[in-house]
Amino acid sequence: MTDVSLEIELASLQAEVKAAIGAATSPDELKVVEIAHFGKTSRLTEFNKALGTMDAEARKLAGALINATRASLTATLSDRRTVLLAAARRVQLEAERMDLTELVAGPDDGPGHLHLITRTTQDLEDIFLGMGFQVFEGPEVETDWYNFEALNFPPGHPARTMHDTFQVDGGIPGDVVMRTHTSPMQIRVMQSMQPPIYAVMPGRCYRRDTPDARHLPIFHQIEALVIDKNISMGHLAGTIDAFIAAYFGRDDLKTRLRPGFFPFTEPSAEFDITCPFCGGSGCRVCSQTGWIELGGCGMVHPNVLKAGGIDPEEWTGFAWGFGIDRLAMNRHNLGDLRDLLDNDIRLLRQF
Amino acid sequence: MRVSLSWLRELVPVTQSVEELTAAFDSLGLVVEGVEHVGGANLTGIITAEVVAIRPHPNADKIRLVDVRTVTDGEVLPQIACGAWNFNVGDRIPLATLGTTMPNGMKIEARKLRGEMSNGMLCSARELELSDDHDGIWILPSDTPLGLPIVEALGLKPDVVFDLSVEANRPDAMSMRGVARDLAAKLGLPAKDPAADLYIKGLYDTPNRSVDTVTAGDLCDRLTTTIIEGVRIVDSPQWVQDRLVMAGMRPISNLVDASNYVMFELGIPSHAFDLDKLAGECIGVRWAVDGEQIVTLDGQTRTLSVGSAGAVGIDGATPNEHLRDGVVVDGNDVPVAIAGVMGGHETEVTSATTRLLLEIAHWSPMAIARSSKRLNLRSEASARFERNTDEQASSPAAIRFIEICRETCPDLRVANFDSFYSAGVPAARVVRVRTERTNLLLGTNLDDATVASLIAPIGFNSTLVSPGQLDVTIPSWRTDCELEVNVIEEVGRHFGYDNIKRVVPLSPTVGRLTQTQKDRRLVRSILVGQGLDEVWTPTMIGDVELTDAGVGTDRTVRLSNPLVIEEAVMRPGLLVGALRVLRHNSNHRNPAIRMFELGHVFGPPRPRQIVPYEREYLSVALAGDGDDALSARRVFNSIVSALGVVPSAVLIEPDDSIAGMHPTRSARIVGAGTGFPIGAFGEIDPDVLTKWGIDRRVGWLTFDLGNLCNLPRRGPHLEAFSKYPSSDVDFAFVTRNVVAAGALIGALREAAGDLCETVSLFDVYRGKGVVDGSRSLAVRLRLVASDRTLTDADQLGVRERCIAAAAVLGAALR
Repeated sequence: MTDVSLEIELASLQAEVKAAIGAATSPDELKVVEIAHFGKTSRLTEFNKALGTMDAEARKLAGALINATRASLTATLSDRRTVLLAAARRVQLEAERMDLTELVAGPDDGPGHLHLITRTTQDLEDIFLGMGFQVFEGPEVETDWYNFEALNFPPGHPARTMHDTFQVDGGIPGDVVMRTHTSPMQIRVMQSMQPPIYAVMPGRCYRRDTPDARHLPIFHQIEALVIDKNISMGHLAGTIDAFIAAYFGRDDLKTRLRPGFFPFTEPSAEFDITCPFCGGSGCRVCSQTGWIELGGCGMVHPNVLKAGGIDPEEWTGFAWGFGIDRLAMNRHNLGDLRDLLDNDIRLLRQF
Repeated sequence: MRVSLSWLRELVPVTQSVEELTAAFDSLGLVVEGVEHVGGANLTGIITAEVVAIRPHPNADKIRLVDVRTVTDGEVLPQIACGAWNFNVGDRIPLATLGTTMPNGMKIEARKLRGEMSNGMLCSARELELSDDHDGIWILPSDTPLGLPIVEALGLKPDVVFDLSVEANRPDAMSMRGVARDLAAKLGLPAKDPAADLYIKGLYDTPNRSVDTVTAGDLCDRLTTTIIEGVRIVDSPQWVQDRLVMAGMRPISNLVDASNYVMFELGIPSHAFDLDKLAGECIGVRWAVDGEQIVTLDGQTRTLSVGSAGAVGIDGATPNEHLRDGVVVDGNDVPVAIAGVMGGHETEVTSATTRLLLEIAHWSPMAIARSSKRLNLRSEASARFERNTDEQASSPAAIRFIEICRETCPDLRVANFDSFYSAGVPAARVVRVRTERTNLLLGTNLDDATVASLIAPIGFNSTLVSPGQLDVTIPSWRTDCELEVNVIEEVGRHFGYDNIKRVVPLSPTVGRLTQTQKDRRLVRSILVGQGLDEVWTPTMIGDVELTDAGVGTDRTVRLSNPLVIEEAVMRPGLLVGALRVLRHNSNHRNPAIRMFELGHVFGPPRPRQIVPYEREYLSVALAGDGDDALSARRVFNSIVSALGVVPSAVLIEPDDSIAGMHPTRSARIVGAGTGFPIGAFGEIDPDVLTKWGIDRRVGWLTFDLGNLCNLPRRGPHLEAFSKYPSSDVDFAFVTRNVVAAGALIGALREAAGDLCETVSLFDVYRGKGVVDGSRSLAVRLRLVASDRTLTDADQLGVRERCIAAAAVLGAALR
């Protein structure tokens, strides 16, 4: 076999193998081609085997030719494999194509929802935890003493008529009541610990009010009580400012104190915040006043400190309370408080 | 308290705007709940005009173009488009000129209407808020002068009325005198006191009159009576009528109006009796006799009371105190008025009246408050007596009454001007006020002189006892002030709460939640994570609801004064609330809900307690597709796991008689060993669900959160786990249905001994190959030793022991 004829034969082989590679339409077909043309019984391998019969000079030349052919064909095979694998992947992926809106409703559609009252209460608690306060809870049924008398509402005091009170049956009439505010917790906290006291007390309260969009006989309040040396109304106002900014997450809301009256605080004040809807320019929500009345506050009355076992000459303190429901109403634009206790899941699932 | 600006100006020379006055009132705690512009006070810019020409609008059928002028035969103003058709050329009408703000807030500007300019507005009476008439443009009398402000043309008296909300501790602010005093002090203006420098002209005596008597000193400590003769009933002077109308009271006659006028002016209610109808020409004051009746001025027969057994004191007073009414009686001891609340019909002033007995009393505020509440009779007078009145103002009030009557009855004569004190003339109250204390409470830095000067204008006169110590005399009209801190509030009020420097206090403690509070938050987050929605349901429920829920109503806590009878019971559990929510959402076509509630429930007081037993419960209701008792168990297990309650501390006891629950699918949860009740899980009784109109299976779990949390719990330290390989042993035991799977699992765990890490049931099979009345339970035990790799012998041993233990329960390998 002359070099020239080897060269022609290899060229012919190369053309034949390339055609076979090109004709393979899948990685599997290509594998068959590979075995046929590169395997132990392939012609290419036979050329290699034939090298053994040649002399050194001829072997060198023929070997180079064969190797070049093999290298060229291997490259072609590899390129073809890449193309075919890519095509096969495309086919596979297309077969797997999924309609990502084909979501069948099931019971595991995401987590549930905390009630708006819980969310609001926890938000408020967290703000006060951050300010170094502790959280206290207490009973919803109270004695007259905790709900009124210890809070400086003597029996028969006209201020009691401000609280339409649910009476609980049994025992001495009027002795056991549904708490009308969270303020009895002031006394319970004072009895449970020594000052300094930095406490918030959320909870459910009851007043015998006919339900309407803005009043419910069942509502939720959060009370704050701070008792320490030299606590003043300035601290009261500063605390209200701080928590309003934190709760609403805005620094543009102002707060103001207006003189008010509560038997258990003196001086007493009502506190208002800038209407969060209109920013103070006046709108329907704030009756054009630019302010929303939020709650009551004041310096703890000396008689209340005494009832809680604290010397009013040594310690002073402030307290405030407001409606959690009302705050949530203002924050979330809830039109009717009654919706809160209906628990329609279309409302529950929005929070 | 309705305060008109014109009356206020008579007492304080205010020049401030309405907005500034509103802010001043607010800062004094006299909250302005409303501002009313009356008598055309809001009609600036509206003038009289004459219609000169009317043309059709080229682009609109219902609108016409009108020319007007405001000077007789003068220049015609730019055209106005108008939609009303009730007027003609030559009519005189009110014109809102450009730039006017209408009473409803609309601003009048030049604008195009369907392509034609309109340069003002012709007004109806309703648009001017002067009447409800909206029949068209207001046509004024033809002789109305042109170009006049409408207020002048109509002879209106523009005024502004501030509606003030007066707190219970401000008896002084229930009068013009007190409001003016407070406002003047705030604005640094002088205030005129209408009670100052009064004396009676032409007083004489009627010696034969009986003596007035007060037998109830705890009801009335001062009674002032005046006999006035020579009066006649006519209309009040216009200025009295105007002021009463603005104060919110209907003028009736000169005598009644004079009494009301004095009440608004000085805050002192009085009552005028027709002396000729008053037996003995005298009055007395005593407590009512039970069942006594009186016909009041409004024509109603009122039955008075001294209280009856079993009645409830709504304000904490004992029943007898609460229900006691006071009366004013005549010389025959017959009631002629309910003390402090309302006068009697019999002795009312009529057109025949010529002689009066004017009664001015200082009543016990609490007595009047209770009486008016009990009789459901609230009046301007009782509102003042409840807050307490200024007893020093009784005489000035009588004199003011006489003076006002004298305007319509110039010939009246005054006899017997008497003031009777049942407990002697009270001494002036003096309170020691420390400047340091004042500054401490308010957060201010005031000196002695400033403290004194802030409250002097409102009648609190101070004497400096020593540096930092003031003796402050409380004025008679501030009956609410008794303590140093009350005076400090007055200092703060007049200093201005908004002027106090604001400081955030620094807590010396770190904020932290208690274990209970952390547990509660954890449980909530676990349940929300499982897709449950949280609900809050009402505490008060009804007997029928409880019965329908299969829960008895005995041993429940009840309200003695529920709003409605359907909300009279304090919930003994959370089942009714859950049923309400299920029904509500079911009715709105959302039946498949899964929810939980955390709330207080109530039971009868424990021994030697008066307050009901109150506990915090959790409930879970699962009405999702496929939910059942075991779904509830699954939720319970996840809570137990999250709280780290030791699983062996919880015992599940199937029970077919749990109220409201499915008899064959429910179990009690109790503390292992102690048997202490914790709660229950299972399903809601299908009969109950049917009653509530809920047609799906509802898994139910409820327990006492505190009791569960108090069970033994995993400590903070980690438990070591084995580093050696584990291996699993699987069994399938054919077990009779009457043998609980839990019993088999427990037996296997015990038999496997220390090597057993976990036992889990992974399949339950009923059907072919398993005899009826039994099922195949497939169980996997994971075995591991803490100190070595398990041997075949270990596994074999466990296997044999387990098979033996199962055999004891009648279970055989499948």
